Amino acid sequence: MPASAISLDRRDVVARLLARRDGLLIVTGLGSPTYDVNAAGDHDGNYYLWGAMGSAALIGLGLAQAQPDRTVVVITGDGEQLMGLGGLATIAVSNPNNLVIVVIDNDHFGETGMQMSHTGHGLDLASVAQSCGFAEARTVRDIAGVEEVARALHSPSSGARFFAIKVKAENPPRSLPPRDAVHIKNRFRAHLGLGTI
Amino acid sequence: MQGQSLSGGLVTGEDAAKSLDRAPLDAEWPEQLYRVLKAAQVRQVSYVPDAGHSALIRLFAADREVRSNVLTTEEEGIAIATGAWLGGNRSVLLLQSSGVGNCVNMLSLVTMTRTPLLMLVTMRGEWAEFNPWQVPMGLATAPVLTAMGIRVMRADTPRDLIETVESAAALAFEAEQQVAVLLSQRLLGRKTW
Repeated sequence: MPASAISLDRRDVVARLLARRDGLLIVTGLGSPTYDVNAAGDHDGNYYLWGAMGSAALIGLGLAQAQPDRTVVVITGDGEQLMGLGGLATIAVSNPNNLVIVVIDNDHFGETGMQMSHTGHGLDLASVAQSCGFAEARTVRDIAGVEEVARALHSPSSGARFFAIKVKAENPPRSLPPRDAVHIKNRFRAHLGLGTI
Repeated sequence: MQGQSLSGGLVTGEDAAKSLDRAPLDAEWPEQLYRVLKAAQVRQVSYVPDAGHSALIRLFAADREVRSNVLTTEEEGIAIATGAWLGGNRSVLLLQSSGVGNCVNMLSLVTMTRTPLLMLVTMRGEWAEFNPWQVPMGLATAPVLTAMGIRVMRADTPRDLIETVESAAALAFEAEQQVAVLLSQRLLGRKTW
């Protein structure tokens, strides 16, 4: 599909995914996905990353294994997920049915000047996830597909799920959550009823 | 709710703690180590395989209370440990000295978030090493960890190892520290080629 055919707006996509929050636990990849999730509404159940590129999906795995009764949604970017590509293999071995990876895929490294990423050069992340063994993996290109993913976040699954959502390559105004990593950690743990030391 | 089924018996942390005093040292150090980690209530284990960790990996794979994750590269384990702690679980990362180099930037995750991290690093490139390719990262392991703000402890004998890991687990999980225990190549023994 040519880039001109991509019409989805990343902020609108993330707002639709999180419109019905319920008990979802959210992990965000550094850069735009962190800003997108904050723009959709700050929440104690959000775990924002400001660094550690390539870690988001695997933090989601560790969390999903520790909290098997909660649905964990990782919202990250194509560049961030590409740096942790091997992690998709690690996740698929465990295949937790309470983990959903959502890649907001704009085909570019948006934070560093919009250089084209591997997905812009044609790599299909959903096919990679499928090959690794995710229970469900597909690419979404329209609003109807986004709404399906939003419903899927509250539906049972036989294993881990992966959705790449193709969005326009643009940098909306930054929406900055707290970047005090200890504060965010303790706030998130308190949300789960876990104490600090 | 998880997809993977694991075989083997159920060992509780309490059983492990009770049996700690009875088991013989030296030859059985991997089992001692397993009991120490069970007593420390470790619930998730991540590893890149190494011969020095093979017995421990087998013991955890047979333990239905513990989730085991085989990694494609060691830094994945830093991220998994972070997610585990966010969700209330204690975890351990098993790796070889060469893998420490793969972890460098990812270690900023645990130091920034002050997340407990317990790494057990089997050393190569130091004692009677046959493969020169192991030497550079073997020399750099402790300095690299230290440079990233990770506390480094070292064990040269089985008895050292058990006490050191007990201490490291307390530091990590009770004091929210990031700790690497280096298992010396002398302790692990000469690799047969």
